[in-house]
Amino acid sequence: MKDRSSKYFNPYFGGVMLGLVLLLTFYFTGRGLGASGAVKNTVVTAVHTVNPEHAEDSAYLSRFISDDHYPMNTWLVYEVLGILLGAFISGTLAGSLKLKVEHSPKITAKRRLIFAGLGGLFFGIGSQLGRGCTSGGALSGMATLATSGFIAMIAIFGTAFLAAYFFRKNWI
Amino acid sequence: MGPLIPQGIIAAEWSHVIALMLGIAFGYVLESSGFSSSRKLAGVFYGYDFVVFKVFFTAAITAALGLIYFHYLGWIDMNMLFVNPTFINSSIVGGVIMGLGFIMGGYYPGTSFTGLAIGKIDAMVFTGGLFIGILAFSEIFPLIESFYKSGSLGVLKVYDSLGISMPLFMLLMIIFALIMFVVVTKIEGRVKKVEYIKIHYNEYKIYHFCSSSIVRRSRSIPVAYQRQNK
Repeated sequence: MKDRSSKYFNPYFGGVMLGLVLLLTFYFTGRGLGASGAVKNTVVTAVHTVNPEHAEDSAYLSRFISDDHYPMNTWLVYEVLGILLGAFISGTLAGSLKLKVEHSPKITAKRRLIFAGLGGLFFGIGSQLGRGCTSGGALSGMATLATSGFIAMIAIFGTAFLAAYFFRKNWI
Repeated sequence: MGPLIPQGIIAAEWSHVIALMLGIAFGYVLESSGFSSSRKLAGVFYGYDFVVFKVFFTAAITAALGLIYFHYLGWIDMNMLFVNPTFINSSIVGGVIMGLGFIMGGYYPGTSFTGLAIGKIDAMVFTGGLFIGILAFSEIFPLIESFYKSGSLGVLKVYDSLGISMPLFMLLMIIFALIMFVVVTKIEGRVKKVEYIKIHYNEYKIYHFCSSSIVRRSRSIPVAYQRQNK
């Protein structure tokens, strides 16, 4: 297979395309793109299925449960299914479908997976506390010139930048 | 005049179809820009690859300018757009926690979906962590509910917060971005290249290349290399 994958989009081209997708999303739906919200809806649904009393008693989860509204049947969930499909198509065309752990040659796959899991855990907690992740909070927020979007962007990238020194072994 | 679905110009029944299509475009662009690779994303924090910064800022400016023009042309009612209200305390602390998650995990949620879609096991584990994190948040929510709701400033626009006009802010943001694009590209040129970028799917080949070039200088690398290829 020819190595088409060495040609990622030019970052500015990718940025304009992403911006246009975001603009279209606002034009159609009145809100931006998101990601972590779909995971939240899945968690709400899962807990509600396994233990309905617990979900309804939970001060946080119960906010997203209502009789006329099934949490999996929301815009965000379909959008995230689209993300999976779109990325799969792009990866297929680029010939980059491969089951693997991507990590620096200096660390083991196990170490990479432990930190990936921890990172996800932190992101899960932080995105709920911050009312949106990098997509829904920071990027979509910045597009509407919302103060919250800029705060989120600075806090996320600033913290990661400041903490990068301590995690350098994992990456470089 | 937009937004089309909230205005009833497109029936709400179409909402999920449109969601799927926009999601496909979103995922396609993210993956094609290289966001399915945690090592590429993390490059922004070590200076060897600023793709996330470039894409992110270009996208934010494109969308923001587009919205301003759409509004100017009367194509969209800005007042109908959902804008996240500002809760200053939880926003900052949440952002700090997410930042730590980013540097540890190498992904943020949207990018981890694109990574798992093409078979990255680390992206799958990251996404699993997301589920657990959100569940954990819901369990500790009663303890932090007052903090979560504190510092409410309502819906705020950044140019109002800074006390400048919207066009001036937009202009400054574009100038800032352009300067930063030049600066980070200079930094990229100076920082040692991490060669994985060139080879996307056949990484072992490049590890072999990297390791063998390092081996000439150091004896300690082959151990890591063997472990890698076991």
